[in-house]
Amino acid sequence: MANGSPLGNLFGRSPIGPIQQHMQVATEAAEHLPELLAATADQDWDRAKEIHKAIADDEKTADKLKSDVRRHLPKSLFLPVPRSDLLQLVSIQDQVANTAKDFASTVMGRDLRFPEKLFPAVLELTNTSVACCQQALKAIQELDELLEVGFTGREVKRVEAMLKELDKLERRTDKQQFSLRRKLFKMEPDLPPVDVMFYYRAMALLGELADASEKVGDRLQILLAK
Amino acid sequence: MEIIAEYGTVFLIMACMFGFFMAWGIGANDVANAMGTSVGSRALTIKQAIFIAMIFEFLGAYLAGGEVTSTIRKGIIDADVMADDPQLMVYGMMSALLAAGTWLLVASMKGWPVSTTHSIVGAIVGFAAVGISAESVHWDKVGSIVASWVVSPVLAGTISFGLFMSVKWLILDTDDPFNRAKKYIPIYMWMVGFMISMVTLLKGLKHVGLDLDLGLGSKFANALPVSAVIGLLVAGLGALLLRNISDDEDHENRFGSVERVFAVLMVFTACAMAFAHGSNDVANAVGPLAAIASTVQSGGEIAAKSAMPWWILLVGAAGIVVGLATYGWRVITTVGRKITELTPSRGFAAELGAAATVVLASATGLPISTTHTLVGAVLGVGFARGIAALNLRVVGTIFMSWIITLPAGAGLAILFFFIFKAMFGA
Repeated sequence: MANGSPLGNLFGRSPIGPIQQHMQVATEAAEHLPELLAATADQDWDRAKEIHKAIADDEKTADKLKSDVRRHLPKSLFLPVPRSDLLQLVSIQDQVANTAKDFASTVMGRDLRFPEKLFPAVLELTNTSVACCQQALKAIQELDELLEVGFTGREVKRVEAMLKELDKLERRTDKQQFSLRRKLFKMEPDLPPVDVMFYYRAMALLGELADASEKVGDRLQILLAK
Repeated sequence: MEIIAEYGTVFLIMACMFGFFMAWGIGANDVANAMGTSVGSRALTIKQAIFIAMIFEFLGAYLAGGEVTSTIRKGIIDADVMADDPQLMVYGMMSALLAAGTWLLVASMKGWPVSTTHSIVGAIVGFAAVGISAESVHWDKVGSIVASWVVSPVLAGTISFGLFMSVKWLILDTDDPFNRAKKYIPIYMWMVGFMISMVTLLKGLKHVGLDLDLGLGSKFANALPVSAVIGLLVAGLGALLLRNISDDEDHENRFGSVERVFAVLMVFTACAMAFAHGSNDVANAVGPLAAIASTVQSGGEIAAKSAMPWWILLVGAAGIVVGLATYGWRVITTVGRKITELTPSRGFAAELGAAATVVLASATGLPISTTHTLVGAVLGVGFARGIAALNLRVVGTIFMSWIITLPAGAGLAILFFFIFKAMFGA
């Protein structure tokens, strides 16, 4: 009987929960990266393989959640924020998961081990990049509180403060990445050239991970601006 | 006249059955929409919702249902046209009840969205225009009723929008939403008490036979201070209930405690909603029954200004309660399960906006659709950016239901009208 109730059919499924869940999974994928590096440093390739698989699984889950969000956002839905902003937010969040997986695959593809002299700095950059993802997640987790207050006022300021923090973290990865490049540049003559190519590639991916998180924040900010 | 004299009792028994059938349909289907919001936002359990519905539907019907009942009974059609053939009035109202009841049953089994109000208005207009004559319909009155179907959701939406915006400013978007909620929510409770007692004092007491006179001149001036005091009593009761709620300081879900405060408010607005629904929709079953009863009892004098017999209302109220008990609770559960995205802070705004609109319509004697009004109210909260996702296709189905329900009710009523005419003679 309730099929016919206009009131029952009025309420669509909120996209906010699934969007938050998607970012959660994407961040979890990134959070595996320091462990992965530690395993390669120890040359524990079995362990590294396991971690690689966990990251790939997370990325797959994120893909599923992404299409789930899209499927449940038909054009007829009336939302408190523009539908296109939400769809783009999910796409960008998905890049966090994708980049984390790219990095893991790059490392695993040729058993990449950073030179001992470089390793601490690489780990530091990784940790900062992961911190960017976590900060973006923290902001995304405010989406339900934002909805509660109707996307206005104090809650918006709260999230904006979080995004400022995110920008700061991202700038830190830029600096770390640059100094790492200088270090590697000086070590280049003593290292196998093909390895060097991939060191640069892996470092660039860590930077991209931070960039992707920052873009999540940017998108959120656009969503909040009226 | 002879027909009435001969079959009077038969007509009355049939009319009671059809009226009961219609009221059963309202209880089984329509109440679910009024109560579903409270159940969906988990402010009330299903048992509490049914308990509130039974009491306040009855109170609403009894205390504030008179105007709409009289519109349905004698506002849509011109009884004078039938003064020589009072049996036509009886046939017509019986067929209207049977048509609307049948249509409701069929449509709800098929899962089509229908409105009780639209079915009965369509049915009455149908039998009168085709079975009697086009002039027997008060088209201007029908016009204003149809206009109110558009105005009521818009008005409810506007009120809910305003209410939710005020909640945003006063409570949610502040440093200490929890304590602000405890401070300001009694004001909304006051509004509920004030509104209901205003309508009761202005429209209801004459049915009960009480008259209140403080010597302040107009009836309105008399009702104002009394309602204000009753509102204060309601707010006081609410504040007492709010005392027991404490802030659980949950940092994961910072608005959890605030919503629990709003859930208490929703108990009050649910009462208002049930009262409003009773005041407007019970008339759909009771109005035609009253028309038949007064015609039969006066021995055929349609225009007789007899008061509505008390038992008629009892038939309507009993039908609704039985409908709730046999089927309605299931529909409330299903509707409630679909409305889980509505939190109490929004649910209250929607319910209060809708209840205020419906009660206003009841006081003016306009039969409107409670469900459509509530949909308008929810959209109003949505426009204030309060709800995560609303399915706008529903607005389309509502228009569809108008287009289908009016002719369907009319067609069935015409069919039954001629059957009755053939059965009992013109």
